[in-house]
Amino acid sequence: MPALASRPEHSARSPLSIHDMTVAYQRRPVLWDVDYDAPLEPSLVAIVGPNGAGKSTLIKACLGLVPMASGQVEVFGQPYRAQRKVVGYVPQRESVDWDFPVSALDVVVMGRYAMIGWARPVTRAHKQAARECLRQVGMADLADRQISQLSGGQQQRVFLARALAQESRIYFMDEPFAGVDAATEHAIVDLLRELRSRGRTVFCVHHDLQTVEQYFDHVVLLNTRLVAAGPVATVFTHENLRKTYGGRLTVLEEAAQAVAQAARPGVSASAPSRGVAGAMTGGGIAGAGGGGGG
Amino acid sequence: MSEPLRQFVVADLTPMVGAVLASVACALLGNFLVLRRLSLMGDAISHAVLPGLVAAFLVAGSRATGVMFLGAAGAGLLTVIAVEALRRLTRIETGAAMGVVFSVMFALGVLMMKRAEGLENVDLDIDCVLNGQLELLFWAVPSSEPLLSAAGWRGFPPQVLTLLVVCAVCVAAVAVFFKELRLVSFDAGLATSLGYPAGMISAGLMVLVAGAVVASFQAVGSILVIAMLVCPPATARMLTDRLGRQVSISVAIAVVDAVVGYLLATRGPGLLGDEGGAVSAAGMMAVVSGGVLGMAVLGAPVHGVIARHARRWKLAREIAEEDILAMLYRIWEQRGAVGTLGVGDAVEALGGGHAARVAVKRLVRAGKVEWRDGAGADGGGGAGRSRGAVALTDAGGREARSLVRTHRLWETYLVEKVGLRSDHVHCTAMELEHHTTAQMRSELAPEGAAPAIDPQGKAIPPA
Repeated sequence: MPALASRPEHSARSPLSIHDMTVAYQRRPVLWDVDYDAPLEPSLVAIVGPNGAGKSTLIKACLGLVPMASGQVEVFGQPYRAQRKVVGYVPQRESVDWDFPVSALDVVVMGRYAMIGWARPVTRAHKQAARECLRQVGMADLADRQISQLSGGQQQRVFLARALAQESRIYFMDEPFAGVDAATEHAIVDLLRELRSRGRTVFCVHHDLQTVEQYFDHVVLLNTRLVAAGPVATVFTHENLRKTYGGRLTVLEEAAQAVAQAARPGVSASAPSRGVAGAMTGGGIAGAGGGGGG
Repeated sequence: MSEPLRQFVVADLTPMVGAVLASVACALLGNFLVLRRLSLMGDAISHAVLPGLVAAFLVAGSRATGVMFLGAAGAGLLTVIAVEALRRLTRIETGAAMGVVFSVMFALGVLMMKRAEGLENVDLDIDCVLNGQLELLFWAVPSSEPLLSAAGWRGFPPQVLTLLVVCAVCVAAVAVFFKELRLVSFDAGLATSLGYPAGMISAGLMVLVAGAVVASFQAVGSILVIAMLVCPPATARMLTDRLGRQVSISVAIAVVDAVVGYLLATRGPGLLGDEGGAVSAAGMMAVVSGGVLGMAVLGAPVHGVIARHARRWKLAREIAEEDILAMLYRIWEQRGAVGTLGVGDAVEALGGGHAARVAVKRLVRAGKVEWRDGAGADGGGGAGRSRGAVALTDAGGREARSLVRTHRLWETYLVEKVGLRSDHVHCTAMELEHHTTAQMRSELAPEGAAPAIDPQGKAIPPA
């Protein structure tokens, strides 16, 4: 497999290069032919798009959590597998069971497992580093509390502290602002800026269009295909947002339905309507990603 | 070795050790199954091994423990793989996939058994699969031979040796890979992104479960296997909020369940006058494990039902005490002198209930209020003084003033800082005043800047 860097359109210095990524769940395409290069300088990148546009899927495919039907992902010019240690991940808060019998500190220490290695015990030094990460997100006092006794915002901060503990060079965060209070939102923004000033690039799935310009430098507009990507100032335009959220590509939509039908012959051709939300998010193609989450 | 001791070792200790080993192995792994909501997997495996056992017997023509173990372990692994394949290839959820696989496998085993000539009459019958043969695990040694000799060892039940090996492997695996098991059970996505093969670790856990279930159920039957996979971990979960401690506690509980269950089954009927009678030891152990879980659900110090109710009751009573003091303070304010409050009125104002009545008695005992034969009340005595009246003492007066001060500071705060309308804040302040720490109070009324009058124009009492 030739390195992406040898292709003229990709740079080996880019924190993240995606070439021709296609992902399908049960043969329904969720991401089609995504080509993307992250900016060379440390940046905060928002991944924006309607529900079911494949935003989480993009992150998960980059991390190898869902299989790609085709395509390549490189981190600083190397395949992702070789670069795991420089990539941090903050999943959606709902993705784990918060009744699990662990403390906030236990969760943050998990971020250091790659450094600790197989079957090795967690040393005091790693616990100390994890405590320091909790302090950075303002949670030092709650380190020993069981995670179900934390508020939603505090749980999100625990996840961020865990990402800090990974000491990565780039981060993927899946909706870090979802369902948090204003104080936590500010704390997260401060933390993102701090990471950028330390030379990190952060990719965030983001839902609140109002705050994109305020929080982020770059934006990736996604609706199954990549609509546009680049600096917020030039790319985050009404025209591009209309294409992302309102654009109905009827032929492509019909093709996606046909592909899905071919995979599941038992299902009738008239799929149930997704209602107003379905119409607003561009209908069938966006709907095709529904099985894979937003 | 004295004869009674030898008798105990041969007839009781050996099966008891077998039961303890089975329980410990199952409980240890059960922690991770319960947390991952896969408890049914043990049930599935223990039923689905039947065709494996029959097939092993048909192929090898013997009921040697090793052959049976291999057959059952093969069927157990097949179950795990089939469940996972079914889940991935269809859209059936895991629980349903397990149900499909184990019922089909068990039925297949029953059919194979009926077809296999002569097999029906050996001890490999369905009763055995469910209840085990724990009582048959005695140390078969002639009384002329010493136990710890070559001839003595030959009579040692091989199932117990198998259990010893399997249990040791489980303990070692959980001890060495505890960190990895915790990571994969909590957040498989993170595990994968960190480079830990989550799928492999889960598969490894399932292989261990299959091994433990197969080794155990030969000795103790599938009912005890299922009980031990679920009950000790669930009991331990009620007692702690840390996975490490949960695992240790579950192992201790498994040992207690097995020993107590065995003794109750073998000695219990004798104590009840049924000389020489005994009930199924495995069944009794399962019952004991359920009973212990029930006790933990009721009596656990923090998460138990009783503790939770006690906490709620205590909070309700404390709030009632504070409310009564505040009512008396407002009466004092209106009259400019100590006034009385009818107990019936107080209880009614607090919405009735036992907590309010108890609160009055506790306030009297604490010296914060005293009984009075005040106006409007028909004197003390009578029906438990429920219609008496109380008045503030000096000590109660100080506490009441502080409570009312907090209440009015909250009202001021809610109007001025939060922007609520002044006629909307009383109830909220009522709630908040009971949960105000000293630090919050100093934030409500900073030095020198404390307001003197609340939004409704009432004076805020001094601290």
